[in-house]
Amino acid sequence: MSAPNDIQSRNVQTEARLWLAQRVSAMILGLAVVVHLGTIIVAVQGGLSAAEIVGRIGGNPLWTAFYAVFVLAIAVHAPIGLRSILNEMTALSPRRVDLLCFIAAAFLAVMGYRVVRDFYLIGGAA
Amino acid sequence: MSGQHRNHANYWAFIVHRVSGIALALFLPVHFQVLLLAVRKPESFDGFAAWAEAPMVKLAETALIVLLAAHLTGGLRLLAIEFLPWRDWQKSVVAITAGISLAAGLIYLLNVT
Repeated sequence: MSAPNDIQSRNVQTEARLWLAQRVSAMILGLAVVVHLGTIIVAVQGGLSAAEIVGRIGGNPLWTAFYAVFVLAIAVHAPIGLRSILNEMTALSPRRVDLLCFIAAAFLAVMGYRVVRDFYLIGGAA
Repeated sequence: MSGQHRNHANYWAFIVHRVSGIALALFLPVHFQVLLLAVRKPESFDGFAAWAEAPMVKLAETALIVLLAAHLTGGLRLLAIEFLPWRDWQKSVVAITAGISLAAGLIYLLNVT
């Protein structure tokens, strides 16, 4: 097989994998966001405070696991979606788009991970 | 381009999914940073929460809830189209996603005020 075909088939495979990662993460997020919307509606009754949030989820292993999966699914899902939008709606080169989206994925993962870690380490939930 | 493609609910579902996705992606780093304050600087977080009691902020939060619900329901619609066998009921799902999203915003608004 000639070199261009190899590159082409590799690209097709990459696109297929990204498509699948986008859908699998979407299914996880579908459940997580339903839980999140429910949590928001309950938590905002009576107002939000640092003590209320830490008292509810600080150190709780189940909430920690939930939010860890939530953050990971976001870090996979959002950059692939942004990649499609940037590729289809801007003049940026595909390589630059890939770089930007990789940075976005790392950024979201690190930012989210810090929150999950801090809430776990502070403890405080009953 | 005649622009007639815009005169269709599915076109607007596509636009709403993209706009809500971008908005949520931009909002998330802010959301994470504010949550970090609740652990590291509780008094700063509570100051922020007091600021967020302003009616305009509550309206903006409600808009975010609607966008989140719209991205959720629009995404479930796409998954249904892609992974389930086609059924005629899927034509009317756009209206249902809009209804659920607005209802989620209304429920939020009723619970924060």
